[in-house]
Amino acid sequence: MSSLTDLTLREALDGLSARTFSSEELTRAHVEAVEAARPLNAYILETPEKALDMARASDARRAAAEAGPLDGVPLGIKDLFCTDGVRTTAGSRILGGFTPTYESTVTSQLWRDGAVMLGKLNLDEFAMGSSNETSAFGPVVSPWRRRGDTAPLTPGGSSGGSAAAVAAGLCLGATATDTGGSIRQPAAFTGTVGIKPTYGRCSRWGVVAFASSLDQAGPITRTVEDAAILLKSMSGHDPKDSTSLDVEVPDFASFVGRSVKGMRIGVPREYRVDGMPAEIEALWEQGIAWLRDAGCEIVEVSLPHTRYALPAYYIVAPAEASSNLARYDGMRYGLRAEASGLTDTYEKSRAEGFGEEVKRRILIGTYVLSAGYYDAYYLRALKVRRRIADDFTEAFGKVDALLTPTAPSAAFALGENADDPVAMYLNDIFTVTVNLAGLPGMSVPAGLDARGLPLGLQLIGRPLDEGLLFSLGGAIEAAAGFTAKPARWW
Amino acid sequence: MAIDAATVRKVARLARIAEPEARIEPLAREISGIMDWIEQLSEVDIEGVEPMTSAVSRPAPLRDDVVTEGGDPERILANAPRRAGDFFVVPKVVE
Repeated sequence: MSSLTDLTLREALDGLSARTFSSEELTRAHVEAVEAARPLNAYILETPEKALDMARASDARRAAAEAGPLDGVPLGIKDLFCTDGVRTTAGSRILGGFTPTYESTVTSQLWRDGAVMLGKLNLDEFAMGSSNETSAFGPVVSPWRRRGDTAPLTPGGSSGGSAAAVAAGLCLGATATDTGGSIRQPAAFTGTVGIKPTYGRCSRWGVVAFASSLDQAGPITRTVEDAAILLKSMSGHDPKDSTSLDVEVPDFASFVGRSVKGMRIGVPREYRVDGMPAEIEALWEQGIAWLRDAGCEIVEVSLPHTRYALPAYYIVAPAEASSNLARYDGMRYGLRAEASGLTDTYEKSRAEGFGEEVKRRILIGTYVLSAGYYDAYYLRALKVRRRIADDFTEAFGKVDALLTPTAPSAAFALGENADDPVAMYLNDIFTVTVNLAGLPGMSVPAGLDARGLPLGLQLIGRPLDEGLLFSLGGAIEAAAGFTAKPARWW
Repeated sequence: MAIDAATVRKVARLARIAEPEARIEPLAREISGIMDWIEQLSEVDIEGVEPMTSAVSRPAPLRDDVVTEGGDPERILANAPRRAGDFFVVPKVVE
């Protein structure tokens, strides 16, 4: 049955529809794969019984000719999405015993369309991290290894469990979220496809909040078409999220395979950063050549405020996080430490419940919002954010989309960047601008480095122009012919 | 700019996080390092720029001010660390 876990989501839907296999068979194959892959630590909660129940219900719907667009397809869910009756931790001790009594809008739409849940996927605590090492459940280990080396590598973060599970065949697709690069960087590190849609495309309701003006949900999958299929189900207006956009959801999959002839593709010169590995540079040149061959016109553009994006992000995101995470006070849900009075209970619960990176960011956020510093830091960062967004608006006057590398390196070893927060933050140098501007961005696997690790290219589009990203992503996917898979060692 | 130990203690208090004394100096160093790196934002000309508070440039939607959900204490209290009947039990607030 192992071949059932090698299918793409599209192939699985076709097989289910042709009755080549049942959802129960497909799901069982994945449940077994998940159990066998525990050394990866990708799932922090397996829900095999729920999965098989959902699969049997799906088979019954299909038999009754009532199958939905995702019917019978087993998925992994990042443990940031609240799932009714299923523990949801955000990778944090403070929510270690939290079982929501409601379902996030995004996941409820996946179940509405017939999908099957295999379990909850590991992540950096509250999605704060780029290597999955801040998870209270321990890091995810990438299924990928450097050639001839057994050192454990990071799958990236924060959606490291999602990316690892998709790369290792532990689900046909996964939900993920992206606040500064948390879908795209892990996708690049694991040879998978990840798209962060336009801010407002997917409802944030029921997704544990990190930085609300930046957080967006999106899928991680093995192909561009699979990402399009999942994103369609995840998208749509939700009155319960006031920033959710009331706009039509296109059939994203119909854009995959469309000609991109005549499209103008911008290459931002500021993304050629000092110290970028030659392999990343070469991959970028290769991507440019592929799109040129597909009929695109390549235009050099300038995004002059790029270098200020990360520092602005490290004001805006911690500021929002310090406010959002104030809710974890040990009173209504989550961990409560025993202490003598109210304030001590707050302080002790939060000290015991949050990990070091989360505490550091809450402290930075509290500092930049505190009296006397608000204007100097927070307000200034919001104005720089506007400058960064304006750079994109200007560029999109000349081009239809942008092409950049996704990350400044291939996956690094677990522990490698752990001692230097700023070095870790630099992972998001090419992705974070997109969150600040609210734009859609997609990472597509494009090749392997000299040590056999995947590298990704990023496409950035105009607001709500995910369709073009799927066409361009499809063109890169076809040209790259990326078929490498991690050799199974677990 | 350097963040000193006193600032870390003050901010930790504001954030309601009990940081052990042994963590105060390391945190001061870590946060100072991050703030030094952030300092480069002062190079940007922000004269006359409107702060960007949202990635969505449309007005917040309005709805009728009516109850849409509620009357379900069991769901609300399902994760309470402590409860008594339909109430959360919390530490004494007023002496």
